[in-house]
Order: sequence, then structure tokens, then C-alpha cells
Amino acid sequence: MTTTQENPTAQAVELITVVIDGFEVSVPKGTLVIRAAEKLGIQIPRFCDHPLLDPVGACRQCLVDIEINGRAFPKPQASCTIPVEPNMIVKTQLTSPVAEKAQRGVMELLLVNHPLDCPVCDKGGECPLQNQAMSTGNAETRFTGVKRVFEKPVAISSQVLLDRERCVLCARCTRFSEQIANDPFITLNERGALQQVGIYENQPFESYFSGNTVQICPVGALTGATYRFRARPFDLVSTPSACEHCASGCDMRTDVRRGKTLRRLAGDDASVNEEWNCDKGRWAFKYVTAVDRLTTPLVRGADGVLAPASWPEALAAAAAGIKGKRTAVLVGGRATTEDAYGYSKFARIALGTNDIDFRTRVTSDEERDFLAAKIVGSTTTYRDIDVADHVVLIGFEPEEESPIVFLRINKQVRKRALKVSAVATKLSIGVEKLKANFIKVAPGAESAAVTSLELTGKSVILIGERASETAGLLSTVASVAEKTGAKIAWIPRRAGERGALESGAIGALLPGGRPVSDAAARVDIAAVWGVPTLPANPGRSTSEIINALNSGELDAVVIGGVDPLDMPNSATALAALKKSFVVSLEIAASAVTDVADVVLPVAAITEKSGSFLNWEGRPRAFDAAVSDSLNRSDLRILSALADVMGESIMLGTVTQAAREIASLGKWDGARVQLSSVAATGAKSVSNNEALLTSWRRLLDLGTLQKGEANLAGTARKSVAVISPKRAQSLGVKDGDILRVSNSHGSISLPALVEDIHDDAVWVPRNSFGTQALISLNAVHGEVVSVVKA
Amino acid sequence: MADQNESNSLQPQGSNEVDITSVEYEKVDQPGPKSFFVQLQGFWLTFATMFKKVNTVQYPEVKEPTAERFHGRHQLNRHPDGLEKCIGCELCAWACPADAIYVEGADNTPDNQMSPGERYGKVYQINYLRCVFCGLCIEACPTRALTMTNEYELADSTRGKLIFEKDDLLGPLRAGMLPPPHPMYPGSTDTNYYNGDVTEAHPSQEQK
Repeated sequence: MTTTQENPTAQAVELITVVIDGFEVSVPKGTLVIRAAEKLGIQIPRFCDHPLLDPVGACRQCLVDIEINGRAFPKPQASCTIPVEPNMIVKTQLTSPVAEKAQRGVMELLLVNHPLDCPVCDKGGECPLQNQAMSTGNAETRFTGVKRVFEKPVAISSQVLLDRERCVLCARCTRFSEQIANDPFITLNERGALQQVGIYENQPFESYFSGNTVQICPVGALTGATYRFRARPFDLVSTPSACEHCASGCDMRTDVRRGKTLRRLAGDDASVNEEWNCDKGRWAFKYVTAVDRLTTPLVRGADGVLAPASWPEALAAAAAGIKGKRTAVLVGGRATTEDAYGYSKFARIALGTNDIDFRTRVTSDEERDFLAAKIVGSTTTYRDIDVADHVVLIGFEPEEESPIVFLRINKQVRKRALKVSAVATKLSIGVEKLKANFIKVAPGAESAAVTSLELTGKSVILIGERASETAGLLSTVASVAEKTGAKIAWIPRRAGERGALESGAIGALLPGGRPVSDAAARVDIAAVWGVPTLPANPGRSTSEIINALNSGELDAVVIGGVDPLDMPNSATALAALKKSFVVSLEIAASAVTDVADVVLPVAAITEKSGSFLNWEGRPRAFDAAVSDSLNRSDLRILSALADVMGESIMLGTVTQAAREIASLGKWDGARVQLSSVAATGAKSVSNNEALLTSWRRLLDLGTLQKGEANLAGTARKSVAVISPKRAQSLGVKDGDILRVSNSHGSISLPALVEDIHDDAVWVPRNSFGTQALISLNAVHGEVVSVVKA
Repeated sequence: MADQNESNSLQPQGSNEVDITSVEYEKVDQPGPKSFFVQLQGFWLTFATMFKKVNTVQYPEVKEPTAERFHGRHQLNRHPDGLEKCIGCELCAWACPADAIYVEGADNTPDNQMSPGERYGKVYQINYLRCVFCGLCIEACPTRALTMTNEYELADSTRGKLIFEKDDLLGPLRAGMLPPPHPMYPGSTDTNYYNGDVTEAHPSQEQK
């Protein structure tokens, strides 16, 4: 259980001294009695109390005797709702027989209707009700009547099951949904003995944060469908870990039984995710044990068929294919910082090239320069959101693309009505929930809106990775920020992107943000790496690498953790890979495997240690949760491959890599200059045309969500969003099928009429039934035709 | 000082040694040999035993029944209609002091109902190389699914064979029982099963 996070900037907090069970304690004004007691190490039993939720006093388990200025309350009071006051004397169950008896009485009443189904309840063994019934309850029940019976379990979403009989009506789940997630989809219905948690009739509990209610439920009333009946707490080996799904950087706990991950829980890191995480982080982990996991190295033989090979054979084949050849490196945004560093060093030493890029998505040179000039080493944090006077979202949907950032903004919006502005084409559910000032722009015309924003030195601009899809937007943001002093944070979708950037897994930068073009920076790194020189000419970007492979300027590529379907022009990318010698480092079979010449299986996140840098640049280190895995990390395999090539990179272990990264330090020389790129503005459209816009949803067809049927059940429906004006001109209403097409292909989706720019049509980027990048080869700002199908 | 003390303590303390001969002793009166008749009395028991019933059993040719509550091999019991009593709650594994029991629970589904209620034991293993037959698992079992039989012949030739799976432990199907999976008795809940209301399988429970 956490204690509340004190506000470090608040000056001279007024302290109040109270006496609890005869001990004096000084706590800030406004502290609840139950918290003050915690500070003394006195545990008052409780169910509804949670430090991050508003007090409600629903369960009455925390009754204590209170006396102020010598006048006692006539009856015991709930210590979770009463703030401390001067001259307060509190007697808990430890010193007051009245409080002790009152607590026993409340426990007896709570247990009257609680079923005795602990043997089949998932909470058994880690249940606050079980524990407190032992510490505070009577051994024998006096209740001889019939217990209240409800039908069980009720699936309130495909992920969360509700056992109403077990509920003690603490309202933790409903308060979480309302206060933290801002998804008030569950509520307490009825009154008296029939009071129960329920969902709205036609609206299931489809929140991206529903898993947290399972974690904070103090009884087994809410259980996760995936973990249901799988294990007991004593079976599980828990390892602190970090989430690999997005750049929020949640602290996590991974529970493993016999080498298999059974569940993941949100960890407790007050400065990052507090105690929450999103459903993707909590429930998307089966890809590690999926049937298409690669288990042995594969080498494509003379007959063109991939055949299993031994490690020495495979490494020799890979080395023979890339040694002395013009080879590039593509590393996906999923790599850990250490792995990305390994790829970076491997490219420079073993391959003698700067042709490396971690951005396997729509990118631009402007983005590369922006990252090098503004983002490497930047220190904007969650704390800056907490104290900001204005948060601006540009090319960024916090709820879909970095859910913990959404929770943090939402917390400030709720607490102090933080001003939020969103520059976007479509009003999203998340932006609506943040009560944001929605600045509606046509796709491609974002830059103009950015210049007119009211910003101060305390404002924070959150830029998503999609900002690179509009030419000139990033340089406009940079100049606006420079002018106003506003802080910039770049929030990519993938967990490893910031780490890869800092590790130099990009053509223009060496590790630590050192520009490749700077001779001093090259000397710096060459000295640490113990090599005479480093390649000086700037490297190619992802799309340039693909083009060079296609035209024969490059012969081979080492590719790790990349799904070519994420790249613009995925067909060209696959054709280019097919032409070239491909060494693939992957956890599971993918489109790359089909065209690879050597496939080297690598460890998944639970099988290796390492760290990510979240969007703040904060290291999120984790240990291997499955200790006896035979799979090796990318780093170790690259190191072995480099050894076989005779160009050792000396990175045998994660510790070694982490130590080397730490020893590099920060670059204090000149940074890359960001040259201003002219904004092109929105393209013009004729009658039946529209400008495409899209983003990825949290729950979609992502590779790491494979095999999670329960999770996919709560994904938002795939729709094509158009404005009321367009709907009228097309004669379309909600649910009619729209056909969005261009010369490349088409997508047919049910229409949804919403607040979107009249010139635009929105489709989800990679959701069920729609993969914009593959079907249309376009994602943002391109002209497509929209007709009623 | 400390050093000196330490080195002193390592010296053999020859001068203080106590010799067995130097201990003072007291003379005790010994009773002396018993009379011949009294000595014969001792042999009487030996002689009389020759005419008693022999306790030795010619195991394994002859097998004696064990005591009624002997702790032998475990058995997983069934409800009278054949559904398994085990709900996979793992309380037996929790109680086991030797960590001999491994259980994995799973959901009962309408087309795979193994036990009454929501949950059944999907995997159930007892490792008889570890089991100490203490019976704590039997005490822990909330549904009386796990009991002990009087079977004690548990030697075998490999370690693997001594890990008993659910199939090895399940009790036999008796008269009136149907092999699970099959639906619960019509119109009943798991509570009816625990109250003993279900006494045999209903024809409608048979799955085609």
C-alpha cells in the first residue's frame, strides 16, 4: 500500500501534531487519521480507503475512537474520512476496546453476505478480506440465515468478471473509473442489502484501464478473465519489471509459474505510473509463449528453404553474408536500450556504417534533425505536466498512444482544471474526456494552428511520433517553444524509441546524442570503443535504406524487431528485403522471416534483463522474470556475431553494455541545428475526396497483442469517421458502410459521424478489419476518395 | 589483551585434565547372581511363545488388511453422478509440508463440465517420492475430494512413475455414475451437490 505523494514544491507545509494510541505524530494539515496512523506503523483495517482515491467512508471497517480538545465523539469514527486536527487524540483498536468491538462488528456484518467460496476465489491467499477477517473478525459466525445470492460471475467486459456476492461495496472500482480513468462505466446500483456494482445497460465496461479495478478490489468481486483459476499467490514467482508496450514506462510486476507468465500487475512508482497501468500492459503477454515463437536458428539453404541450424552454423552463415558487404541495420522501436546500443555499436564497428535507423514508420529528415536537436537528453517529465499551466497535444492521442500520460493529464484536469489544447483533425474520446480545447485542423495544416497557441514558460508541448507525418510541423513546434520557453516532450508509441535514440541507433547520432558529423564526437566514442576511427558520413534513414536495398546500393541488412508492415510502402520494403541478404533477429515468425536468409531467435522481454528509457528519458530497468530461459538477448547474439566476423564489439552481457553506456556520459558539444522546414499545408480536395487521417488505437492488431482474445474483446470498434457535413452530402448515417480508397487499394468500414474537419476522413491505422498502411499505403494528409459502399 | 586471551584459549589445558582414576567413587552393593529358579522364570516367556499364534505374515504371499485409518495412496473422489469433487483450489498443495502436490485449476465450461460449479482441477499430480503421508492435504480439502486409501504398495522402478497424475488418482466410476465431462444434475447447483441432494446420475446428463 502506498502513502500519498506529497507535493515537493509546496512550501512550508503546516504540520499538525496528533496523538495516536499514546504516540505523538506530526503530519501535514489535511492528512487523514488513517494515514497519520500508518506513519506510526499502526495498521487500521480498511477496505474502501485507497491513497490515490478520494475518501468515501463506505466500508466502515476503519472505525476508531477520536477525541478533540478533550471532547470525545459519541461514537467511533471512520478514520479514512477524518483529517487530523490540533489536539486530536485517536485511539485505535489497539488501545480502545470500543473501537476494537466496533471493528469486529463491522467485519461480522460484512461477512454476513460474503460467500464462503474462498477455495474457488482467485483472491484467496492475497485477499484483504481474508487477512482482516483473521485479524479483526470472530472465529465463529452468529449468522444462521440464508446468504444473499446473485448469479455469478457476470462478465462486465470480456476481460473483467464480476461476482456480486463477494462485493463489500467499498466503491474502489467505481471511484477509480470515475476519478482516475474518467470512464464512469460502472456504478453502484440499488440500495440496502441489494446494493451491487453494475454496468449501464447497453454499455459494457470497455475502459482501457479496467484492469486496475481488478487489482484494487479488496475482495474477489472483480477478477480478470485471463488469470481466472490459473494459480494461487504462493505458486507465483514475482519479479519487478517494466512494461514493453509503450513509452509511458510503467513499473510492473510479472508473476510467473513454472516458466510461464500468468499475470502482470501495475507496480508502484509514484513519479511515473503511480499505481496504475493500462489493460494492454496488464493483459498482453501471451505473445511470449505463442506457437509461432522461434526456438532455433534457421538458415536458408541452397534449395531456398529455411532449415534449423546450430548456433555456430547460423552465426557463420550470417557473418559470411554480411562481412565485407554493404550492410545496413534496421532495429525496431521495441529493443531495450542495451540492445539498441548493441545494434548501434555493431553497425559502426562490425559493419563500418552509419546506416542504422530505429524508426520503422513514416519518418522524415526533419524528424531526425528535430530529435537530434531537441529531444536527445531532454528532461521534460511527468512532474512538468503536474505543474504546467497549459498542456498542448500535437500529433498525439494520449489515451491511445501513451495511456499513463493520459491518466496524469486527467489527474491535473480533475484536480485543478489544467488547461489542455489538442491540435488534431478529429475530436477523440480521450481529448473529450480531458475537456481539452480542440483546435480542429485539416490534415497537413497543423503548423498554422501551432503558431497561434497561447504558451508560457510553464507550458508543456507533448508531441507524438505522428507529428513527423506533416512536413514543417516539428520545426514550427521547435521555434514556437523557443520563442515562448515552453517545454517540449516527444512521446513515441514504442517503449524502446527514446532509448534507441540515446543509444545512437539512428544515422545522424552516435550514443549519448553525439552528432556523427562532429569529429570530436567521433573521437570520443572511438576512444571508448577502442577503435581507430568511426564512419563519418551520415547514415541513411529507414526509407533510404529500403530504397538502397532495392537499387542495389546496399547488399545486406541486419534487421531486429521490425515488422515491415509498419513501414510506408510495405510491399516495396518486403521486395527490397527479398532481394538482399537478410539477417533477422526475432522472437516470433513474421513477414521478415519469410524473406530472411538467416534467422536468429532472441529472448522476449520476460526472458532477459535490460532497461527501457521512457518518454521522459527515465531508465526503466528490469530483470528476467523467467530465469531458466535458453533464449539470448539481441545484444549477446550481436556480440557473438561480431566475434565470428572478427570485429568484436565486446558486449557479452547487459551489465557490460549498461556500464559502457553509463561511462559514455552526456555530450556537451555543439548539437545538430534544426533547419526550418516549410509547412506545405493541407492538400485541396474535390467533392468525393477527403484527406486521410488516422492513428493507432491502444488495442489493435499489434504484434505484441497476438492471441489475447479477452483483450481484443474490449477494443474500440473499427469505424470510418466523417463530419456531419460530409455525411449529409454523401447521404450517410452512422453504421452505413463507407468505402475509402485510392489508387493503391481500399478499406470498407461502418461510418461514424463525429466532430472531424470537413475535409478529412479518419480510419484506425491498424485495427481489426483495417490496416491503412497496407491497404492504402497512406496514413495522414493524403487524398483518398470516400463514397458510400 | 584480546589477542592474548585468544592465543591462550588455543593452548591445550593439560594441567587441568581430569583423569578417570582421580574421580572419587562410592561403592555400590551388587545383588549377586539370582537363584537358578528365578533365572528359569526368564526363559518361561521364550518357552510359552512357542505355543502362541505367530504374528509374522508371509508378505507378499499373504497380505494383512491395514488399520482402518491407515494413510495410504490418495484418491480423488467423485460425486454420486460421476462429476469430480476436486475444484482445483490448491489448498492441498498449500497444506503439503513436503511440496508433493501440484495442481492447476481451470474453468468449467458448458461443454466441458468436470465438477459442479465454476472450477475444476485440470492438472493434479502427487509426487510419491516426496509425500510423507501426513494427511494434512486431506484435512485441507474443502470438498472431501481428496481422501486416502489403504493402499501402501507404492514402490516402482523409476522416479517418473511415482508422480501420480489425475488419472491414476481418480476413484473408480461406481454404479449410477457417468464419466465426466457431463452437465450437472438437472435443476441443481453446486450447493445441492455439497448438501448431498444428488444421489445418482440423471439420464439426461449422459452426453452423446
